[in-house]
Amino acid sequence: MKKLTKLSDLRMMAEIIREDIIAMLGEAKSGHSGGPLGMADIFTALYFNVLKHNPQKPKWEGRDRLVLSNGHICPVQYATLANAGYFPKKELLTLRKLGTRLQGHPHRTSLPGLETTSGPLGSGLAQASGMAYAFRLDQKKNTVFCLCSDGEQNEGNHWEAVMFAAKNKLSNLVAITDRNYIQIDGNTEQIMPLDPLDKKYEAFNWNVKVIDGNDMAAIIKTLSQARNNRGKPLMIIANTIPGKGVDFMENDYHWHGKPPQPEEAEQALAEIHAQEVNERGDWYDKHIKLKPIHNGTK
Amino acid sequence: MELNKLKGLNNKLSLNFHRERIPTRNGYGDALVKLGRNKKIMVCCADLKESTRVQNFAEKFPQQYVEMGVAEQNLVTVASGLSAAGKIPFVSSYAMFCPGRCWEQIRTTICYNDRNVKIIGAHAGISVGPDGATHQALEDIAIMRALPNMIVVVPADYEQTKKATQALAHFSGPAYMRFAREKTEQMTTEKTSFTIGKAQVLKQGNDIALIGAGPVVYGCLVAAKMLQEQGFNAMVINCHTIKPLDHQTILMAAKRCKKIVTVEEAQITGGLGGAIAEFLSEVYPTKIKRVGMKDRFGESGDPDELLKIFGFSAEHVYKEALKMLGKKI
Repeated sequence: MKKLTKLSDLRMMAEIIREDIIAMLGEAKSGHSGGPLGMADIFTALYFNVLKHNPQKPKWEGRDRLVLSNGHICPVQYATLANAGYFPKKELLTLRKLGTRLQGHPHRTSLPGLETTSGPLGSGLAQASGMAYAFRLDQKKNTVFCLCSDGEQNEGNHWEAVMFAAKNKLSNLVAITDRNYIQIDGNTEQIMPLDPLDKKYEAFNWNVKVIDGNDMAAIIKTLSQARNNRGKPLMIIANTIPGKGVDFMENDYHWHGKPPQPEEAEQALAEIHAQEVNERGDWYDKHIKLKPIHNGTK
Repeated sequence: MELNKLKGLNNKLSLNFHRERIPTRNGYGDALVKLGRNKKIMVCCADLKESTRVQNFAEKFPQQYVEMGVAEQNLVTVASGLSAAGKIPFVSSYAMFCPGRCWEQIRTTICYNDRNVKIIGAHAGISVGPDGATHQALEDIAIMRALPNMIVVVPADYEQTKKATQALAHFSGPAYMRFAREKTEQMTTEKTSFTIGKAQVLKQGNDIALIGAGPVVYGCLVAAKMLQEQGFNAMVINCHTIKPLDHQTILMAAKRCKKIVTVEEAQITGGLGGAIAEFLSEVYPTKIKRVGMKDRFGESGDPDELLKIFGFSAEHVYKEALKMLGKKI
């Protein structure tokens, strides 16, 4: 697919995805808000710039694999996949409804573009490791990206995979931790401390990079270099702001697992939309299909 | 006693204990070595190479062998990933640990995710013996049978385990196979066919049907011989696939015999007996006695002693059958 190469275009795309997320959650009346908004920049960078993939041929063998381990942030993946052309955008408003392909947590065989089924936490990195192991064994060039939350690193299964990937020096594995310091019940460091997370991965024999996960320039720079990672698996710890773009949601753990009420959704949309209009320029002329799905976007 | 004309059945089978006995798990190891030429076949192990009999495979095909360490959750989830990249992974551990430890991962990342992973539970049942109750997997059939998109196979002896392993490799989809630790009598031979989902009638009869899964099938044959001496003609069925259950054969047995004894080295809830009771109660209510573990844990001891104490022996099956037939013991 055609990549977005300009940082301004990528930022604009991320805003549209954020608007879509709010529209979806508002319509669904259930789902997670904080994580999806925080990860919109990274998802945009991956699907519109970094990944080798083809929305017209979702099963193309040469594609990179993107394993979403923390399935509950799937609204951001759905919104990104739809914008990238995997399925019609109008389907985004069916999220969590009876008969939808957009299940509350992602179900691989329901929707094109998903590489796994997830929801129960802590087992995505292991699956990504298995893929990376097999690709290397078969001398294939595919890179495997795995997105994890920080909260899910309370799970033992995750650390079993951390050891496995390091033992096997899976340098074709790039994991990204959404380090937003929140989980359902509160701050990660109060629920079950993870810091110093970078030192932990270094001690487990991983390459480690720490970036600002809402800074498009930093994301693109780090992810583009990730393909050249050597010798060890790579962990990118992306410091993100949960609820990014919506003032009353940012950094508040209460927004981890709930959707906005109608008036809140309206307020959130207005806020992000104002940001979008600010950044839009001649975007709508150049990208006819890439507009937010909510009403009232002029 | 005349056995059925099932092709290749071991008609020289001596219906006494302590004849030629081979561990069923050897059949798994031997089959894997043959399958290894297919580069897609991989074996994942959680620090139990020797006792799950994957050692020979590991030596012959080191590239296709993955050592996970003592980490069963990782065992099945990495296997799911291998399968996503086109491999056919066999993951083996003790049944108590896998599927015991990692059931949710199997459910989400293999069954619901529709991944072609074969899960092998060794040392299942009470016959682990001296290791005690912590290692005696008696609930594995129930928890695996409850999973959508999962098949459950319990082969009866060495040859059948070998065939079942090959059949699973050629079957596309999630599968669970369990086998015991102890040596087992040889009922089937190289010539005996094996089809997933097709139960084998080892002996015809019309007074009562003895339906077993796993090495206890031999006990059913011995019990049938004892019943014959009392003038009763028992049908014996090796129901090696618990899911999908062979409805046709089970219904035929129910209609012909009217009475059924199920035998399994597992809890009587949710396993073979449960599956048959569920099926027949809906289509052809039949009197059933379930022989197996009765909602309790096992303990340490010699396997044959344990089989007797906990009521899995041929003698026990015989007595339960006699009771159903209305004969006082």
